[in-house]
Amino acid sequence: MPAYTSEHITLLGARIHLRRAGKGPPLLFLHGAGGVNVWFPVFEKLAQSFELIVPDHPGFGDSDTPPWLRNIGDAAYYYLELIEALKLAKPHVMGTSLGGWMAAEAAVRDSGAFGRLTLVAPAGLRVVGVPSGDPFLWSHEEHVRALYHDQAIAERALAAPVPPELADIQIKNRFAFARLAWQPRLFNPDLERWLHRIKAPVQIIWGNDDKLLPVAYAQAWMKQLPKARLLPIANCGHLPHVERPDEVVNAVNSFAREAQP
Amino acid sequence: MKFYAFHLMPYRHLDMAEANKYRSYWSVLPNRLYDPAKGADLYQEYIDQLVLAAKLGYDGVCVNEHHQTAYGLMPAPNLIASILIDRTRGMATKIPIIGRALPLLNNPLTVAEEYAMLDNLSHGRVVAGFVRGIGCEYHASGTNPIYSHERFHEAHDLIIRAWTEPGPFEYEGEHYNFRYVNTWPRTVQRPHPPVWIPSQGSAETIDWASAPERKYPFIITFSPIDSVIRFHDLYKQAARQQGYEAKGEQLGWAVPVYVAETDEIAIREATPHIEALFNNYLYMPLEMVLPPGYTSIKSMKAIIANKKGMTTTKQTMKDILEKGTFVVGSPATVRAKIEEAHARSGLKVMVPMVQFGTLPDAMTRKSIELFAKEVMPKVRGLGEGAAVKSAAE
Repeated sequence: MPAYTSEHITLLGARIHLRRAGKGPPLLFLHGAGGVNVWFPVFEKLAQSFELIVPDHPGFGDSDTPPWLRNIGDAAYYYLELIEALKLAKPHVMGTSLGGWMAAEAAVRDSGAFGRLTLVAPAGLRVVGVPSGDPFLWSHEEHVRALYHDQAIAERALAAPVPPELADIQIKNRFAFARLAWQPRLFNPDLERWLHRIKAPVQIIWGNDDKLLPVAYAQAWMKQLPKARLLPIANCGHLPHVERPDEVVNAVNSFAREAQP
Repeated sequence: MKFYAFHLMPYRHLDMAEANKYRSYWSVLPNRLYDPAKGADLYQEYIDQLVLAAKLGYDGVCVNEHHQTAYGLMPAPNLIASILIDRTRGMATKIPIIGRALPLLNNPLTVAEEYAMLDNLSHGRVVAGFVRGIGCEYHASGTNPIYSHERFHEAHDLIIRAWTEPGPFEYEGEHYNFRYVNTWPRTVQRPHPPVWIPSQGSAETIDWASAPERKYPFIITFSPIDSVIRFHDLYKQAARQQGYEAKGEQLGWAVPVYVAETDEIAIREATPHIEALFNNYLYMPLEMVLPPGYTSIKSMKAIIANKKGMTTTKQTMKDILEKGTFVVGSPATVRAKIEEAHARSGLKVMVPMVQFGTLPDAMTRKSIELFAKEVMPKVRGLGEGAAVKSAAE
């Protein structure tokens, strides 16, 4: 039995790929700039407690690149439309990196749309004096190495064969990532002014050895969202859901349980 | 055939051993490696070289734009063009700026204005080059490369309208919006200065530049000679498909050139300097030279698959000679190479880059002079009065 089901829906003229797994309250997962190239172990674990919905963003993976996708705000409005189209009532949304940025941009535009927000090392803010890493300048190897604390994971990722279909998707994802995040590099200067509009409970998860978005960025989020809960993860890079899935799943589960009456 | 001396004005005094510790001579190369005392003298040296070329009878002297790099010290090429205009006052020398990188600009009207000023200052000797900039310049400027083509075309259209339509008028575009477009001064050349499109030969650019309403000369830069010929053939085919025959005046070849007394001397003298150009000054890793969107996804896949792109691979003088990315030798050899290129494509616009990499002043001046005296007069008549050779022949 496959770990997930795969389908395409058409929304705003764009054919969008999404995967689903598990049963339970819905959890909408918004992926990072690398896309969902494999069914991560974290998905298996989350699917034990949630109806997990994992779309490829417009422009990424097996989704179309619609002409209306011009900037991060377009991605934000698109996700508000998707939540309506999928009839998700105030879902728990979990976004990592670029996906966390999209989730926050959507939440400030419609503060009532989300039930809870789990943001894993989200992009979107700047910290003056602490530049982010530059995934557009790094070589592929530098980029992969910078994503992980545990370099053994990076070694395995670099050694893994890349079939041609995946290579094509990696280029497509990189183009879509640049479309949304090239300038300003990985942030929207307007976002911090409006983060206070987020009314849903927020949990922020951050690897203490994040070389792309250093942990100082977590403090910037906490400053704008003082009621949020911050979970730092020791010995972990930019992808806690890949590098430390058990801790992330536990955090998501316990955060979700707080919503139960 | 016409000859336009071209200069990048590189920082040739660079401590290359130190510079080679960085991933490229572009954007990430610390500017502490630039010594203003040496650089100030270099500007004078390079301007004098171009003025020498003008006096020796080159049809034009060309400048161009690059940013944050030792490869070329002209982030504002119009400043140098303005000096060259005055230093060639009363002469017929054309001043091609090849070119301004339009997508990098937030206000393309500044180019309409500055080129119009230069056209007035020169009494109509300016050639307006338009380019998209090198991939790395999207890092340098922050411009999103995804929108490179859109911004290029929009800025181009806006500038041409600013030169040709009575102002004031409004302009509403996707990237640029102006309530008032009303360029003062107007250009001397009517309807506007000639436009050149330097390119490395993308199919989209060939179709666009060759369109009957533009017929822009297409200057193939830094490409192996077989590619130059192939792109010229594609341009001629595109013109024919659009209902006309391209002329040799529309076909340009920009290439480093070095002439010395004999082939042996020329190759010996040029080798370290041309290798410095291709392997050091021009070297950029893929992430810098091809940011996402600078090319289409399809072209990007092809480039990665072929691992081609000369800016990402090191080459020796032997490779450079085999590819024909450099024209070097005695006057007779250089003449023969130009005659051969002309015979193959019918090109009539030759843009010799007279200085390259670390080439010192004395060698540069010698080569400029030998080319003017021993090469140009014997090849100038090529193609005059003759029809362009058909690509199908």
